[in-house]
Amino acid sequence: MSSFRLSRVPAIDTALKLVAAAVAMFAFVFVVMVPLYNVLCDALGINGKTSSQAYTAIPAAVDESREVTVQFVAINNDGMPWSFAPTTRVMRVHPGAANGVVFAAENPTDQNMVAQAIPSISPSRAAAYFHKTECFCFDQQVLAARDGAEMPLQFIVDQALPRDIHTITLSYTLFDVTDTVTDGLAAR
Amino acid sequence: MGDHHHGPAQGISRWLFTTNHKDIGTMYLWFSFAMFLLGGFFAMVIRAELFQPGMQLVEPGFFNQMTTLHGLVMVFGAIMPSFVGLANWLIPMMIGAPDMALPRMNNWSFWILPPAFLMLASTLFMEGGAPAFGWTFYAPLSTTYAAPSVTFFIFAIHILGVSSIMGSINIIATVMNMRAPGMTYMKMPLFVWTWLITAFLLVAVMPVLAGAVTMMLMDIHFGTSFFSAAGGGDPVLFQHIFWFFGHPEVYIIILPAFGVVSQIIPAFSRKPLFGYASMVYATASIAFLSFIVWAHHMYTVGMPIAGELFFMYATMLIAVPTGVKVFNWISTMWRGALSFETPMLFCIGFLILFTLGGFTGLMLSIAPADFQYHDTYFVVAHFHYVMVAGAVFSMTAAVYYWLPKWCGRMYNEAMGKTHFWISFIGFNITFFPQHFVGLAGMPRRIPDYALQFADFNMMSSIGAFIYGASQLLFLYNVVATIVAGKPVSDEKVWDGAEGLEWTVPTPAPYHTFEEPPLVPKPAGTI
Amino acid sequence: MGKRVSGLTLAFLSPLSVAQNQVNMSPGVTEIGADIFELHMLIMWICVVIGIAVFAVMFYSMYAHRKSKGHQAAQFHESTKVEVAWTVVPFLILIAMAVPATSTLLEVYDNDEAELDILITGYQWKWKYEYLDESGEPVAFFSNLATPQEEIYNTAHKGDNYLLEVDEPLVLPTNTKVRFLITANDVIHSWWVPEIAVKRDAIPGFINEAWTRVPEEGIYRGQCTELCGAYHGFMPVEVHAVSRPEFDAWMAAKRGAAAAESQLAMQTLAVDDLMDKGKAVYDSACLACHGAQGEGGIGNAIAGSAVVLGDLSSHMAVVAKGVSGTAMQAFGGQLSDVDMAAVLTYQRNAFGNNTGDVVQPGDVTGIKNG
Repeated sequence: MSSFRLSRVPAIDTALKLVAAAVAMFAFVFVVMVPLYNVLCDALGINGKTSSQAYTAIPAAVDESREVTVQFVAINNDGMPWSFAPTTRVMRVHPGAANGVVFAAENPTDQNMVAQAIPSISPSRAAAYFHKTECFCFDQQVLAARDGAEMPLQFIVDQALPRDIHTITLSYTLFDVTDTVTDGLAAR
Repeated sequence: MGDHHHGPAQGISRWLFTTNHKDIGTMYLWFSFAMFLLGGFFAMVIRAELFQPGMQLVEPGFFNQMTTLHGLVMVFGAIMPSFVGLANWLIPMMIGAPDMALPRMNNWSFWILPPAFLMLASTLFMEGGAPAFGWTFYAPLSTTYAAPSVTFFIFAIHILGVSSIMGSINIIATVMNMRAPGMTYMKMPLFVWTWLITAFLLVAVMPVLAGAVTMMLMDIHFGTSFFSAAGGGDPVLFQHIFWFFGHPEVYIIILPAFGVVSQIIPAFSRKPLFGYASMVYATASIAFLSFIVWAHHMYTVGMPIAGELFFMYATMLIAVPTGVKVFNWISTMWRGALSFETPMLFCIGFLILFTLGGFTGLMLSIAPADFQYHDTYFVVAHFHYVMVAGAVFSMTAAVYYWLPKWCGRMYNEAMGKTHFWISFIGFNITFFPQHFVGLAGMPRRIPDYALQFADFNMMSSIGAFIYGASQLLFLYNVVATIVAGKPVSDEKVWDGAEGLEWTVPTPAPYHTFEEPPLVPKPAGTI
Repeated sequence: MGKRVSGLTLAFLSPLSVAQNQVNMSPGVTEIGADIFELHMLIMWICVVIGIAVFAVMFYSMYAHRKSKGHQAAQFHESTKVEVAWTVVPFLILIAMAVPATSTLLEVYDNDEAELDILITGYQWKWKYEYLDESGEPVAFFSNLATPQEEIYNTAHKGDNYLLEVDEPLVLPTNTKVRFLITANDVIHSWWVPEIAVKRDAIPGFINEAWTRVPEEGIYRGQCTELCGAYHGFMPVEVHAVSRPEFDAWMAAKRGAAAAESQLAMQTLAVDDLMDKGKAVYDSACLACHGAQGEGGIGNAIAGSAVVLGDLSSHMAVVAKGVSGTAMQAFGGQLSDVDMAAVLTYQRNAFGNNTGDVVQPGDVTGIKNG
C-alpha cells in the first residue's frame, strides 16, 4: 500500500510537466501560429495578401518584351457607405515599369469617417511579384462628412513574375473603421 | 482520502466530494448520457423540421441554433465525457492501480462540466438566441455577426477545455506512474494505450481551442482584429487554428473507441487480439498524422496549390494505419470461436459502419472531388458514420460489456439485442440516404431544401426518430439492470474476457487493487 | 476508362433511382465537371471493391467460426508478414489514386487567360454579380431568391425550382473561359454550382478565383454552401449559359436598362408605380427579416415603426446606412435611387402605415446630396 501512496509524488511531477505543456500550447497559438501564418501569407501570397510596407528597392530594367494586364476592383464591405472606385479599371503594364492609378472615394454621410482599404491579389501566387511603392492602403483614410478624395497607388510588377501569369487582379475592400478608431481615441 | 478501508460516504456529499475513480466515472457516464439525450433532442428538432420541404416548426435562425448546439453538446458533452468516464472506471482497474493518480483534480474536472453546459444551454433563453454559427464557429459569423450570447459560449468552451485538460493530465499521470509492477507499456490493454495517446492529443490541442476562443473574445470585446480583415487580420486564420485543434479532436473522439473495440472483439472471439504491437503503432501514427492534415477541411478557401496537394497526400495516408486496424480486428475474429452477445453486435456494427465512414473519408480527402462534396450532406453522412457508428456504437458496446462488472447484475440480453438491431437499422435509414442527397447537391446546415431532396430527407427523418427512440430502450435496460438485473458473481463475467479488471470481485468493490496485483499474462494476449 | 466507369455507374444507379431522387454526383456539363465525376466514381469503385473483399472475409468468419457451431478458437495473434503486406498494398493503391487526383487539381487551378471576368460578391443573403468589362461601365446586379414566402411557409404550392430560383440569374456565354473573382461583403459564403463543378469560398476582404467554360446552353442551379447566418439556405445560384450572340444582346439590354433607370431617376413617378416597384423591392430586400406583413422577425416590425412613420431623411438613413451591430445592412449601395424611393414610399404606406407620403427618386438624390 505504502508504495502506492509514494507513487503519487512522481505523478504530481508528471502532472506539472503536462500543465506546462498545456500552457505552452496556449502560448503557441499566439506567439507562433499567428505570426507564422502572417509570414506564410506574405511569402506564399495566401489570400493574395501583399506587403503592408512600401516597396523601396530600385526597379531594374523594364521588360518590354511582355505585357501584363492589371485589373482593379473596388469593393465596399458591409455598412460602408462611401462611393469607392478606381478611375482606371484595367491597365497593361510592362514588368519592371513604374505605374500609377488613382481610386476615387467620397463620403456621402454627415459624419466624419475613417476607412481602411484591404488589398488582395488574384491569382495569389502573383502577390509576391506585385510591389506597391505607394498605396493608400498603407494608412487609414479619413474623410470628413461629404468630402471626397483621390487616393493614389503606385506599383511595379516584378520582372520575375512567372510567364504563365497574364492577368493580375488587385482588389481593395474598404472597411469602415470609424468606431474602432474613435474607441481607441476615447480609451486614450 | 482518509483511510481507505471504508466504503462510500452517504447522501449527496458522496457525489459532490468523492475522489473515488469509480464514483467519478459513474458521474461522467450519467452526465454524458444526459447530454446525449439533450443533443439527441436537438437532432430530433432538426430532423422534424427537415421532414418535409418548407418551413414548418421552427424559424431558420432557431434551426441554426439547433444545429450548433447539437454539434457542441454531442462532441463536448456526450462523446468526450463518456470516454473520460470509461477511462476513470477502467484505467485504474486495467493497470492494477488503486485509483487515479490525482483524485482531487479528478473531482474538479468532472464538477466544472455541468456548470459549463448549463451556461451553454442557458444561451437558448438569451436575447438574440443561442450561438447559431455551427459547431465550427467560423469568424466573422461568430464574432462581428454573432448574438451577444457568444461570450457565454466562449466561457463555456474555456471551462470544458480546462476540464478535458485536467482529465487528460490525470490519465497520463496515472498510466505513467501507477501501473502495477510487471505491467510494462507493451502489456497494457489497448484501451489504456489508445487513451494514453488520446490524452496527449488533448493536452496538445485543447489549449489551441482555448486560444482560438480567446482571440474571438478579444476581437469581440477588446478591439483586436485577429480574424477581421479590416484591422489586418484574416478570417481564414480562424479556420486554420480551429482545424489545427479540430482534426486531432475527431481522433480524440475515435481513438478510445478503437480501444474499446480492441477489448471486446477478442473477448467474444475467444482469441487474443491480432497484431497488438501494430495496433499500438497504428494508433500512434494516426495521432501523429492528425496534426498535419487539418487543412483538408478547407480545400475550398483558396489555398495555394502546393498546400492543397500536401494536405491531400497527408490525408490519404491516414487510410494506411486505419486500414491496419480494421484488418487486425477482422483477423482477430478469423478462426475464433465467435458468439454474438450485445457488446459484440455493437462492435461488429462499429466495424462495418466505421469502415464505410472511412471509405467516404478517403473519397473526401481527394481535393478535386471534395470541391463537389464539401459542405454537403455527403460530409454530414461521412462524419455521422464515424462519430455515431464509430464512437457512440463502441461506447454502447462498452456499457453492455462492463456494466455487469460495475453493478454485479446482468442486463437483459434480448432487450440489448433489440436495442442493437433498432439502432443499426435506424442509423442506416437516417444516414445512408444523406450520401445521396449530398452527392445530388444538398448543402448542409440548411433548414429547407429543394424538392428533389424531399423523399430521402423524409426517410432520413423517420430513421432518426427510430434511432432516437432506441436510445430510450437503452436507458430503460441500463436502469432496469442496475435496479433489478439478474445478479452475477463470476469474476469473469464473460468467458473470453481477459485483463486485470476481470480478476476483481463482481460487482467491483469500492476500492480495488490496494495491494498491487500480479500481472498474469505475457505481452500480446491481453 | 470513362466509358467503362459510366457503364458501371448506370448499373449501379438504375435499381435505385426514382424520378427526381438523384443518388449520385452530377456528371457535370463542363470538362472539369466530367473529370471530377470520373475521379469520384473511380475512387468510389475502388472503395466498393475493397469493402466487398474485407466484409466477405468478416461475414465468412461470422458464419463459419461460430462458437455455437462448436468451432474451436485458434490462438495465433501475430504475423509481421501480413502486417507489412496490408500496410504496403493500401499504400500502393493510394498512390494510384493520387495520380489522377493531382492532375485534375492542376486543371482546376489553371485560371489564366480568361475571356470574361465576373466579380461575385456574397451578401447576407444574396449574390451580387459584376461583369468586369474593359469598355463601358461594368454591369452589376443583385441576384435574390425568387421563391415566394407563401411557398416556403406552405400556403402555396411549391414550384419545380423551389428555393433554387432567383430574380436575376447570372448569364454566361457558352464556350468562353470565364473567370470568377469571388469575395464577400459580410461573412464567409461559398458559391457552388454542381453541374459546372465550381465551389469557392467567398471571404470578406479577400478575393478567390475559379473558372469555367460551359460548353452547353442551359440553366444550372446551385446554392450557398458555407453557413452564413439565418437565411443561408435561401441564397441560391442560378446560371444561364447562352450563346455568344444571345449573351451580347443580354449585355446590351442590361446597359440600356441601366441608362433607362438613370433617366427614370430624373422623373416624377406615379404613386401606384412607386408602390408596385416598392413592393417588389421590399419582397426581395426586406421581407426575409421584416416579414411579409411588415410584422418583423429578425428585424423590427415595419408596421407602426417609429422610424418609418417619422422623419423621411432619418428613415432613409437607416435603410441606406444600416444599423451597426445589428443584422440591418446598409442598402445604400445596393438600391438605385428609384428603388430606394419606391421602397420608402411602400414602407410608409403599406401595412397600415398610411402616412400618405410619396417619395420621388429626386427626393432621394436630394437627401443624398444634402
